[in-house]
Amino acid sequence: MVKGSYKSVILNWLNLINILSINDIKNRYRRSFIGPFWITISISVTISCIGLVFGSIFGSPMKEFLPFLSVGLIIWLFIGAIIEGGCNAFVSAEELIKQLPVPFFIHTLRVIWHQTIVFSHNILLIPFVMLLFKKAPSLNLLLVIPGFILLLTILTWICIVCAIISTRFRDLPQIISSLLQVGFYVTPVIWMPSMLPDRVGSTLLNANPFYHMIEIVRAPILGNFPTLENWVVCISISIFGWIFTFLIYNKTRKHIAYWL
Amino acid sequence: MALIKLTNASVQIPIYNARSRSLKNRIFKIATGGKLGSDQKGNVYVDALKNLNLEIKNGDRLGIIGHNGAGKTTLLRVLSGAYHPTNGDVLQEGKSASLIHISLGINPEATGRENVFLRGAMLGLGKKKLMNKFKEIIDFCDLGDFIDMPVRTYSTGMKLRLAFAVSTSIAPDILLMDEWLSVGDKEFSIKAEQRLIKLLETTKILVIASHSRALIEKTCNRVIWMENGEIKMEGNPKHICKIYFG
Repeated sequence: MVKGSYKSVILNWLNLINILSINDIKNRYRRSFIGPFWITISISVTISCIGLVFGSIFGSPMKEFLPFLSVGLIIWLFIGAIIEGGCNAFVSAEELIKQLPVPFFIHTLRVIWHQTIVFSHNILLIPFVMLLFKKAPSLNLLLVIPGFILLLTILTWICIVCAIISTRFRDLPQIISSLLQVGFYVTPVIWMPSMLPDRVGSTLLNANPFYHMIEIVRAPILGNFPTLENWVVCISISIFGWIFTFLIYNKTRKHIAYWL
Repeated sequence: MALIKLTNASVQIPIYNARSRSLKNRIFKIATGGKLGSDQKGNVYVDALKNLNLEIKNGDRLGIIGHNGAGKTTLLRVLSGAYHPTNGDVLQEGKSASLIHISLGINPEATGRENVFLRGAMLGLGKKKLMNKFKEIIDFCDLGDFIDMPVRTYSTGMKLRLAFAVSTSIAPDILLMDEWLSVGDKEFSIKAEQRLIKLLETTKILVIASHSRALIEKTCNRVIWMENGEIKMEGNPKHICKIYFG
């Protein structure tokens, strides 16, 4: 590249990511009447059903359970979609990768940005839920900003690693989607940590990285502080994850196109 | 200043789903396609390019000839930067663009207008730059009201017009082509030819792979003849074409 044009090159990449992601979303809802708001509708149906069924099974007060469930489920879907999307990021962009000399992270950022847009449609539901249960936002809500950024930092490296490994080993996406299913049940999304018996509970929770990743975003929205432990675990996952990602990326960068 | 320099560049494409016994410990030489080989671990791979040394400088109009599977497309992909050689180095100066697959990324569900932006973004045209060229592109492909219709409603010729108009709206230093582009009906193809020639005037390096003797002799000032992933012969078009085409 010509010197001094780095800024314009980066702007072009961002533009490409944005256009591709928006196109991905538009494609899905191209001929539908209400378009991407199907995302919001379908999640509100899911939340109401799970909320009614599990709320009564666990006998938890709706005022606590439903906001907890809504926020948790939206974050969980975001995490799951990025990991699964990451597994397909390079495989589904085969044509582009073989023809277009753009860095590989464009294809993973496309997944991240796509899911972030979906997430922003889903999160619109939260104010309504809060209003329904007359939960006023507290100052803790501001913590959602660093929390979400930290979550994105973690998901970005997971997405890259999944994309690289799944391109080479095509069995990985299957393994990951089963793991995600298990993850959904062992992570407090449809059940609350307070429902666990004391001793078993804390071990099960703290060993689960998904719990910490969800908590740094969910707790502030629900008006609580994420624990120091949540933050420390997430920051460590982020740092070690990125080191690992750089190593693996450097090693495989030149080979990815040939694996497709 | 535009320059592409390959130093001992090799490309080995691994094939992971063909780890059959018969291929494992033997090396085949087959008529079309590169050489198939296997490493100590028993992985099968295709030797698509082998130890290529090539320097393409300002003003070069390089033609690549060779049989199917000789490595022409792989070489073009290496030159475009999409493939990194598995061994050896590539040095590239100048902005490159490829007209190899002009319909790349065209989305049939999106409208013509949306596709202009989609394709433009892939070619590295920013929003601003594209806005300036937008009218010219639309005028050139001459699709009328169809520009706001989904591309799936287009005929094949119309699709190509659109793809061609956007893909040639750039001004790269290095241009890569796989055969000459001819699109549309008689009237449009004349227009397209002129546009392509005008684009070539401003590009510093052209690399074109072709099976057409007339094209190579007309456009190129240098030719390489590829066979089994290697350069078999290199020189001026007249000379090489005489040997290759007979």
